[in-house]
Amino acid sequence: MLRIACPFCGTRDHSEFSYGGDGSVTYPALDAPMQDWHDAVFLRDNICGRQVETWQHVHGCRMWLMVERDTMTHEIFSVRPAHPGLAGALEAAE
Amino acid sequence: MSARRLDAGGRIDRTCPVSFRWDGLTYHGFNGDTLASALMANGQTVLGRSFKYHRPRGIMSAGVEESGAIVSVGAGARQEPNVKATMQELYDGLEARGQNAWPNVHFDLGAVNGLFGRFFSAGFYYKTFMGLPPFEWGRGTGLWMQYEKLIRKAAGMGAASRDADPDAYDHTHAFCDILVVGSGPAGLNAALTAAEAGRDVMLVEQDFELGGDYLNDPAAEAERAEMVAAVGRAGVRILTRTTAFGLYDCGVAGLVERVTDHLAAPDPHLPRQRFWTVRASATVLATGALERSVAFAGNDRPGVMTASAARSYLNRFGILPGQRVVIATTNDSAYGVAADLAAAGGEVTLADARDEVTSAPAGVAMRPGLAPLSTVGRRGVQGVRLATRSGNGWSQAAHEECDLLLVSGGWSPVVNLSSHRGAKPIWNGDLACFLAGPTDEPIHMAGSADGVWNREDCAASGVAAARRAMGEVVEAPAPGGWVRPIQPVYEVRLPGTKAKAFVDPQHDVIGDDVRLAHQEGFVSVEHLKRYTTLGMATDQGKMGNVIGLALMAEALGREVPAVGTTRFRPPYTPVAIGALAGRNVAGHFKPLRRTPLHDWNLRHGATMTEAGLWQRTWYFARAGETITEAYIREAATVRQTVGVCDVSSLGKIAVQGPDAAEFLNRVYTNAFAKLPIGKARYGIMLRDDGIVMDDGTTWRLGEADFLMTTTTTNAGRVMVWLEELLQTRWPYLRVHVTSVTDRWAGVSVAGPKARETIAACLELGTDISTEALPFMGVAPVTLKGGVKGLIARISFSGEQAYELYVPADQGEEMMDLLWPATEKLGGCLYGLEALGALRIEKGHVTGAELDGRMTIDDAGLGKMASSKKPYIGAALRQRPELTRADRPRLVGIFPKDRSQTFNGGALLCAKGRVSGFGEGWVTAVTHSPALGHWIGLGYIAGGHEAWAGKSVTAADPVRRGNVEVEIVSPHMFDPEGVRMHG
Repeated sequence: MLRIACPFCGTRDHSEFSYGGDGSVTYPALDAPMQDWHDAVFLRDNICGRQVETWQHVHGCRMWLMVERDTMTHEIFSVRPAHPGLAGALEAAE
Repeated sequence: MSARRLDAGGRIDRTCPVSFRWDGLTYHGFNGDTLASALMANGQTVLGRSFKYHRPRGIMSAGVEESGAIVSVGAGARQEPNVKATMQELYDGLEARGQNAWPNVHFDLGAVNGLFGRFFSAGFYYKTFMGLPPFEWGRGTGLWMQYEKLIRKAAGMGAASRDADPDAYDHTHAFCDILVVGSGPAGLNAALTAAEAGRDVMLVEQDFELGGDYLNDPAAEAERAEMVAAVGRAGVRILTRTTAFGLYDCGVAGLVERVTDHLAAPDPHLPRQRFWTVRASATVLATGALERSVAFAGNDRPGVMTASAARSYLNRFGILPGQRVVIATTNDSAYGVAADLAAAGGEVTLADARDEVTSAPAGVAMRPGLAPLSTVGRRGVQGVRLATRSGNGWSQAAHEECDLLLVSGGWSPVVNLSSHRGAKPIWNGDLACFLAGPTDEPIHMAGSADGVWNREDCAASGVAAARRAMGEVVEAPAPGGWVRPIQPVYEVRLPGTKAKAFVDPQHDVIGDDVRLAHQEGFVSVEHLKRYTTLGMATDQGKMGNVIGLALMAEALGREVPAVGTTRFRPPYTPVAIGALAGRNVAGHFKPLRRTPLHDWNLRHGATMTEAGLWQRTWYFARAGETITEAYIREAATVRQTVGVCDVSSLGKIAVQGPDAAEFLNRVYTNAFAKLPIGKARYGIMLRDDGIVMDDGTTWRLGEADFLMTTTTTNAGRVMVWLEELLQTRWPYLRVHVTSVTDRWAGVSVAGPKARETIAACLELGTDISTEALPFMGVAPVTLKGGVKGLIARISFSGEQAYELYVPADQGEEMMDLLWPATEKLGGCLYGLEALGALRIEKGHVTGAELDGRMTIDDAGLGKMASSKKPYIGAALRQRPELTRADRPRLVGIFPKDRSQTFNGGALLCAKGRVSGFGEGWVTAVTHSPALGHWIGLGYIAGGHEAWAGKSVTAADPVRRGNVEVEIVSPHMFDPEGVRMHG
């Protein structure tokens, strides 16, 4: 029963969001070798504690968000737009 | 037990009699009664039969911990089993029955189980019926399942109705600053303190009256009334008949409010129950404490109950529950009960297991140093044998005749809700109970839920908890409060004897079961619980858990804290499935999506089917036609003349922006960068891992303007995927995606006369000849009458075909032009079934083939994968496992005997080797009007080249059986595509 503070819509129930995945993954270039893609797609840490993950406000503004969450306590430390340009613009506005 | 209703006293309304039915007979009670108190006042002692041994059971408590008076309430579709009679409010016309008994609770044939008690110890079924001949693993399973049916029937509780639930349930949400659970002295004080400090407070009480323990004490009525009024004045939102059944992350509490369960004739507009999701900034748990019993022989006999229950029946319901009363206690709490019962006219004997006792209350005979050893009697208790401590054990010391035996083995604070949040209960040896462990969450225990036994201290504890919940740092009253300490007794038995001393009466777990589990090597409480089923009944061990843990600790030679306790999980008390479902039932279970042409289709004879959330046309049967006849006629008509099919549900995504072409070029396996304006292209997109995600056509409408179509069922998923890519991976691409599915009404017009049909509907002079609009051409068009839309020459059926889209609200106008033109040329409307037949003939893939496991090569579309540019999935589709030559490939399937058919889902096996997973499977089957026999699509290892000339069996052992088939190319009709290019 998480609540996520969407930077665009305000704090909303997690049922409005859908979970994406590990937000720390940098996907390789499309023409990168198979091994790089294998590592990015299949190798995941199973973190107990703080983790950056992607969520989409799918029943709201549909924005993808970077959520820093404790996987043990569900405490959420930060929420920002996944799009770096939007994140920067929001920060500048603050 | 010789209970009788007193002429005065209690909180019942004697001016308001209520009649109800119990086991087919009519009885009377009063407003303010529970079913249990009314039955007790009517002299009913045996109210149920126990789980395993079918022992007669009566009322054991006055609350949620009840393990004896468990009954079925209501009739027909509203029959509800396993209702605790102690929690069921009485109303006029209430109908209740005993359960787990045949023919009735007074004379139950199942009681024969009691004679074979030694065969029913922990693990009996598994040891007896499984693992040994003829029940070894893998052999006697069928036989075991027959036995299990009988065993399940003999054990168990009430039966639920098999009819659909006729009642409505609601879901609702609420926010508050402070949620207070429980309205006893602690809860009322907590709520008042917080509300007077300006906080938004919700107070939740499972009972139908506020007051908690106040309700059991007439002397405190003035204080209670004043507190309740003050809480109301302070603006506290009060929910009675509402159970906080669980606490969850982020301050969420789940509540169930029983809205009409106490009403004889509820307003039909009211829900039966309301499920609340409450988000509280802080929570105060003033949930009270439950009195527990002691394990001794016959401690489950009707007429044995907790001491505090007797006080409830006397002071709240105006019933003297017994005339000759023996109270067996280990602590101070029973002394007040003894005094009240004696004052009401009972002959009371108080046996205190402690060595030193103080003076007895007025009129009470004191028997110090004695504990209950066994009860005497048949249906009800007639006497009790008492034991005294000798050495480390007990020896028989006395016998007392009685018709009511009250037991107080100690008190267990209700720490269940804090345990839901992971706060591990901690054993307090001085008070012989578990107290809530520490938690970082804003959850504050108050009153006897925190081990505080005196009312004044409970009130102070409530105030302190509220102030802590508001962020203050305050001292709370320390747990405890009895004058003389408790000397806990968990079990009384003579050394070397066996007896049915119940630990968990609801699941018929006895002390010997716990010791047996220990003998057999179980040391963890979690295993003990599962092996003996201790605490796994509907009460979750509210009365029995502590006794069970203490016996396990004794057997292990350890202390209770070393043994630990199991974690409580929601729900605190059972929650009806209907309340969880709320309004999400029947047609409201999921959203319903209709196309803009839905009503038009229905008016023209469509039968609808579900495709994801969508209602799509299935077939258009003419008079007397079956579905098979209808779709075959429709498909044949499309091949011969023309057919019109609603395709509005296809996903449509506007992909716009200067980098749109580059974006599509990365998403699709084939090239899109150089797609000319006014052209469409079929594309396939893969997932990162190289598996096919979806397919569809994308139309280039302008330099920076594309319209992507997706399959109906994957539209949402593809939209999410595009958004993810644009926002997280390629934020520098100047592209915007918008779902425009609902903006368009679309039809496919297919068949040799498709062009002629459409031309008749377009503005005069519009040229859609092959020269003007070639295969895969896209153009804006204007219909007769001025409706503007888009036309694309695209074919899924393999015929000359067009997709025509107009704005959603002008869809019917389009149909009213198209349909007469179609009819004039001998055409028809067709649905999904005929569309399926047409595409199977052509070997076109859809969801059944692109099932999330297949590669683009598996689907026979490898030539769509560009080797000149990178795209999503390009790297990982080359994984060795995905490029093996013997991977399943898309194939066409003909029955060897062309008059036969076969089933989708059948396994494809080499002839004579029908075993395991086979060599492939059938994804789709249809009757082909073009070929005149049944055909199918499927996958088989190596593809059709590997199986040319070989015999294959479509194995379907539980339905049709085996059918001999031939494997052919998936392009079963017009493989060169002459018709669709024509």
